[in-house]
Amino acid sequence: MTTHVLSDTATLTGRSLRHILRSPDTIITTAVTPVALMLLFVYVLGGAINTGSDGSYINYMLPGILLITIASGIAYTAYRLFLDMQGGIFERFQSMPIPRPSVLWAHVLTSLVANLASLVIVTGVALIMGFRTGASVADWLAVAGILALFTLALTWVAVIAGLSAKTVDGASAFSYPLIFLPFISSAFVPTDSMPGPVAWFADNQPVTSIVNTLRALFAQQPVGNDIWIALAWCAGLLLAAYAAATAIYRKRIS
Amino acid sequence: MTTTARGPAITVRGITKSYKDLPVLRGVDFDVAAGSIFALLGSNGAGKTTLVRILSTLLKANTGTATVHGFDVSSAPGEVRRSISLTGQFAAVDEVLTGRENLILVAKLRHLKNPRAIADDMLARFSLTDAGNRRAGTYSGGMRRRLDIAMSLVGNPPVVFLDEPTTGLDPQARIEVWQTVKHLAKDGTTILLTTQYLDEAEQLADRIAILHKGTIIQNGTLAELKRLLPSATVEYVEKQPTLEDVFLTLVGQTAGEQSR
Repeated sequence: MTTHVLSDTATLTGRSLRHILRSPDTIITTAVTPVALMLLFVYVLGGAINTGSDGSYINYMLPGILLITIASGIAYTAYRLFLDMQGGIFERFQSMPIPRPSVLWAHVLTSLVANLASLVIVTGVALIMGFRTGASVADWLAVAGILALFTLALTWVAVIAGLSAKTVDGASAFSYPLIFLPFISSAFVPTDSMPGPVAWFADNQPVTSIVNTLRALFAQQPVGNDIWIALAWCAGLLLAAYAAATAIYRKRIS
Repeated sequence: MTTTARGPAITVRGITKSYKDLPVLRGVDFDVAAGSIFALLGSNGAGKTTLVRILSTLLKANTGTATVHGFDVSSAPGEVRRSISLTGQFAAVDEVLTGRENLILVAKLRHLKNPRAIADDMLARFSLTDAGNRRAGTYSGGMRRRLDIAMSLVGNPPVVFLDEPTTGLDPQARIEVWQTVKHLAKDGTTILLTTQYLDEAEQLADRIAILHKGTIIQNGTLAELKRLLPSATVEYVEKQPTLEDVFLTLVGQTAGEQSR
């Protein structure tokens, strides 16, 4: 049965990618909120924000916007997984000789592709709005790698939500706090402008280290320790969410 | 996949299953002969679906053993899955995909050669060719059920489970499903179906088992079951058409194989 893991995962991924192609609005709606936030922050609030750095404000806040894009995009994974289980198709797959992990991995890989598309749209709008970077190809690859790892980690969190939700609303509601998290980080304002306890939280939550790393890569500055803290957060979250999701999955299908 | 197991296609021995403190199956035993149609008759909540889910490896029994096509459901679930198909109570079709894409998907997942040709063949067999390129979400209940069963039969699994295959269908769609089931059995497929409709069991099944409150209370052929009651007394009754006869005549459907 193991010989078919890859081909079955590919077949099932093709299926859910087709779902996205037939409802491209899921990509658009994922991009709309971050773009709106970007417009709000750059053209309304940005003028009053002192980041302490000399680049334009859009250069400062794009990393945070990209993370918000991912946080809102992964909700669709929970949603699609939940709908699969509601309908009979999930049981059909379970009663067929398909390697069990393939069903989940198909949704996760689809999430990677869909979020990549949304990220490209948001970055494109940012470029139109004046985002500039001198990042090299290697820098861009590093940015893409970190964003992919972050997407993967959050998607497995979404899998947990999709597997354990009781209603459609519940399946997607879990992502609201995730979307909110970048606001209490270095994504929009420097953390040293915040009161003590808030600044402490902001400095020690995953978003800040990821945002700082992306910002440094875009600005071609040394990433310092932040990249290791960012990678550790992503890897840790990925492993924990993956373990929890597969445990819940196994419980559900036995 | 076409090799037939020796002995019964399905054996069930002492299967029990409880959800928390609520016993659903209290020790179920029966055999299903290869190539026969076996109907599990019972009212809602009798445990029919639970039993089908155990036999199709979706659920584990608390105690007891069951084999399907010669393979133990708990120790060789992979082999069982290769030998069966399950058509659940709710049509398991992907509504976003077209009918053809649904069939191709299943053919690919069963690693068959030429998935497209298989899909076209199935569409023709289930009179869905014209609807093949439409999304399954736009299908009527009967078409959806036909697509559902067609998907289950891709790859010709030797054992087919049909869990309440005609619940919620209109009379015509119901007769179509019955004809499909009869054709399958003629070709040597073993079929276990659950139903709460007495006439469905009477129409289709070689053997009927009555599942009541988690145990089989009777198991036999239709003739054997009828013999359980006192022999018939002869009465003269004017032969009235059933409402089904009237309905089918009015909508212009020939009853076909349905004639009793």
